[in-house]
Amino acid sequence: HAVEASLYVHWPYCLKRCSYCNFNKYISRSENHDTMTECLQKETETLLKLSQVSRITSVFFGGGTPSLAQPSTIAAVLETVTKNSNLSDLAEVTLEVNPTPAGKARLKDFTLAGVNRFSIGVQSLNADHLRILGRDHSVQHALQTVSEARKLCPGRVSVDIMFALPGQSVSCWQKQLEELLYVCDDHISLYQLTLERGTQLFKQVESGKLSVPGDEVTAIMYKTACRVLEESGFHQYEVSNFARNNAVSEHNMGYWRGHQYIGVGPGAHGRFVPHGDGGVQREARTQTLEPDVWIKEVQSRGRGTRRRITLHHLQLLEEVLVMGLRMNEGITHQHWELFSPEANLQQVFGKSANIQELQGGRFLILDDRGLRCSWEGLVLLDSILPTILLELEMFFHSRGIKRTQ
Amino acid sequence: MMSLLRPHGLFLPFIKRLTDIKVCRVKRRSQGCTYNITVIRHRWMKSLGSVRDLSSSATEKETFDMSKFPAERIRNFSIIAHIDHGKSTLADRLLEMTGAIAKTASNKQVLDKLQVERERGITVKAQTASLFYQHHGQTYLLNLIDTPGHVDFSYEVSRSISACQGVLLIVDANQGIQAQTVANFYLAFEAQLAIIPVINKIDLKNADPERVEKQIETVFDIPKEECIRISAKLGTNVEQVLQEVVKRIPPPAVRVEDPFKGLVFDSTFDHYRGVVANIALFGGRVSRGDRIVSAHLGKSFEVNELGILRPDQHPTETLYAGQVGYVIAGMKEVKEAQIGDTLYLHKQPVEALPGFKPAKPMVFAGMYPMDQSEYTALRSALEKLTLNDSSVSIQKDSSLALGAGWRLGFLGLLHMEVFNQRLEQEYNASVIITAPTVPYKAVLASAKLIKEYGEEVITIINPAQFPDKSKVLEYLEPMVTGTIITPDDFTGKIMTLCQGRRGIQKNMVYIDDHRVMMKYVFPLNEIVVDFYDQLKSMSSGYASFDYEDAGYEAADLIKMDFLLNGQPVEELAVIVHKDKAYSSGKAICERLSNSIPRQMFEIAVQAAIGSKIIARETIKAFRKNVLAKCYGGDITRKMKLLKKQAEGKKKMRRIGNIDVPKDAFISVLKRK
Repeated sequence: HAVEASLYVHWPYCLKRCSYCNFNKYISRSENHDTMTECLQKETETLLKLSQVSRITSVFFGGGTPSLAQPSTIAAVLETVTKNSNLSDLAEVTLEVNPTPAGKARLKDFTLAGVNRFSIGVQSLNADHLRILGRDHSVQHALQTVSEARKLCPGRVSVDIMFALPGQSVSCWQKQLEELLYVCDDHISLYQLTLERGTQLFKQVESGKLSVPGDEVTAIMYKTACRVLEESGFHQYEVSNFARNNAVSEHNMGYWRGHQYIGVGPGAHGRFVPHGDGGVQREARTQTLEPDVWIKEVQSRGRGTRRRITLHHLQLLEEVLVMGLRMNEGITHQHWELFSPEANLQQVFGKSANIQELQGGRFLILDDRGLRCSWEGLVLLDSILPTILLELEMFFHSRGIKRTQ
Repeated sequence: MMSLLRPHGLFLPFIKRLTDIKVCRVKRRSQGCTYNITVIRHRWMKSLGSVRDLSSSATEKETFDMSKFPAERIRNFSIIAHIDHGKSTLADRLLEMTGAIAKTASNKQVLDKLQVERERGITVKAQTASLFYQHHGQTYLLNLIDTPGHVDFSYEVSRSISACQGVLLIVDANQGIQAQTVANFYLAFEAQLAIIPVINKIDLKNADPERVEKQIETVFDIPKEECIRISAKLGTNVEQVLQEVVKRIPPPAVRVEDPFKGLVFDSTFDHYRGVVANIALFGGRVSRGDRIVSAHLGKSFEVNELGILRPDQHPTETLYAGQVGYVIAGMKEVKEAQIGDTLYLHKQPVEALPGFKPAKPMVFAGMYPMDQSEYTALRSALEKLTLNDSSVSIQKDSSLALGAGWRLGFLGLLHMEVFNQRLEQEYNASVIITAPTVPYKAVLASAKLIKEYGEEVITIINPAQFPDKSKVLEYLEPMVTGTIITPDDFTGKIMTLCQGRRGIQKNMVYIDDHRVMMKYVFPLNEIVVDFYDQLKSMSSGYASFDYEDAGYEAADLIKMDFLLNGQPVEELAVIVHKDKAYSSGKAICERLSNSIPRQMFEIAVQAAIGSKIIARETIKAFRKNVLAKCYGGDITRKMKLLKKQAEGKKKMRRIGNIDVPKDAFISVLKRK
């Protein structure tokens, strides 16, 4: 049985920070591509050996703005993966792209380097909103970038788009979606603007300079998007991801199915068992955030891991539930059994009055296929999860199974 | 008068003119002041000498032969005042001038020992001190019997005052008469004590002693000439106060030849020696080794120690009629030395002194640990605190929302406030305190019910016990008489406030050109939570308020229930007056709907009287509650948040399918 994982590579640099962004991003004044390339290769090699993963199922270059990296950097990392594990020619290799003219110009080079899927941060088709968000691209740039990407990787281009923007109305949002449908490929990721403390946009909304739509309007926007996309042949396979013609993101599915993933690069997150160290339990790992420090650590020790937390059995199951229920298909019995061979879904949740209440309210479904949310439940997942997590804990508590087991 | 006039020959031709007589009087008083100033200077120097003598033998405790003080050379007095009019400062000055304490900064506010009292500028727990004063070649024993400074403790004030024969009534020369001044005056007046008005703080820039003298004349019918103007802070004219105590306060009318009779006017608990009872002797004598009996308890004790207070304890062998001191007699808890009780010798029973009654709580509140794991520690703290405060009643209580706790009864709001502050400051206890409620009564409607309940009139301190109207002839609610003193600019607003609290005006009197005194009878329930704060804020802090018990009156009371999605929540039931039902119901529904979190379905919050809904709010359901995107496998923050929410669910009370956090109950039950 081959040990599998997906690989996430974080490129931390951007040209500027968007007003809504709280990710691990840096504006580099003296980017050293050679050093970054060497360190990304080194850490990839180290972690592949540590995890003893023999097969990498997908690779995702995220950021930051990974499209600012040299195509040769991408090629070098992929070469390291190939050297140290099995990476199929058919494996999905995604690059996040900022749709600036410079980004567009290098798409072809990235495909030559091994990228076969693009995720394009369009964010909005409204010029005012792009300005409010602090984006450094225009609507026209975005459309041209999507068009170019579709030529290079037909059927493998994802578009990111945001709703609940300041001043946005439901009708404006619907119109924008309809415009998008003329130009997009077979994958769309929706996400709601969330105001993160510490960001410029948060301050602007807090001071009253800008305002975002309320809960009711936001809910209508989301449901409008689900309806419009469905009518255009898109299938919602996750809370915020839609695909047609089976253009599902394999990399993201790995997260939601609770599969192992290795995180490389400053601030990257990983979930894998460190077999190479004699480990037997999965760890939650976070790489060092600051690029300079991370580089020094990789150069001296081969990796820059800032934090490692062993996930006990209960914690692992908690993550399986939280991630799995985001999928339309939910958690199948077979899926759950991989993680919980000692107690099936029916045993854990079937007798619970609270779970039965959620089923009675038509938010949750527990049947022969598995445990999943209804459409109504998917929209309220964050209200359902606390109850489910509590039931899981009470089940294991009642069975006397210790968390450390 | 003729003899006084004769030395001033210039005035002789005008002897028959009235105006000349007035001029003469004014001059005489002026001369008197001059004389007093000189005397003060002289006495102060002497006092300093005494202090020097005292400090040279500081480690040696003085012993006193109390037999040297017959009743005719004893004066027992109290200082009564409105908050912050200088009672404590004057007390300190008197102690300094008579050598009881050294004149140093470290002794500041010696009589006010509790931190909370310093912070709030009030005295709650009385501290008594015996002073020795030389007057006309004789040594007088002046017993300063301090009293609680707030009318919540009016019973304790009345017992302390009954140990006195006179009082010093202090009024701030700037603020003038305030509500508490009036309340305390009448306590002393009704006890037929000599009253010496003292106008303090004459040194302040805005002091207006003439105006205050007029107020005192108008309100209390005490001639202006009887007022003494002082500055306790500077010591100005304080010597005259001591002289007037000797002159104007009568000695106690008691005899050593009578059997021993002692009034307990205060008691505290010492962890090493048990209860310390402060007593005033109304007859006879008591010595170490004597066997004494509590009239109220019928229990006997042996006197292990007794003595006087200066204000620290100074043991003596015997105390004699008319004297004031402390007794330690093996009493194990403060309730064995109840204020107002009479002590007598085991072999010489006497009739108990009049006026005794056990403390009667008028305000109740629930008290719960913030977390049930703190129950034991809180119980221990409460036990210690109530050892020193027998006025607090305590019984176990429990709430489905808040868990196991207690229901405490207090004399009044300030008593509750002080107790809670002591609990937090001295015992570091973090507690949930529910909004105060008052004890209602119900007159039962039939002999059968009277038999069932065990009495004709039952007391209700918990809405759950509220008997249905069909069982009751009438409900009764506790009333108080409130006194408000305010600048006349604010009378309109204040009258509106009082009417809104179902107050009935009894009178309204101008006490000077600009200040008004109003008396209202209020239902206690109407003023118990926020009346004082509103009064202060609408009068820019100038109005003062005090109240006293005014018995019970019939009232149209109802029990109001609260329902969530049609299910009643027992812990939220309240008793309200029928006239206030709608506004109370609406306000509470609003508070509930703001503190219960949104859930996956709509929640109806309703107030009901019987089956009739009188107010309603709706808590909207979530329409969307899911984080739209997870980035790059970083779910650590997400997991933390969700698990915190799951943990929070454990602390909620499930009512039907609604999760109600403890905060919801607290925000409704807790005073603001």
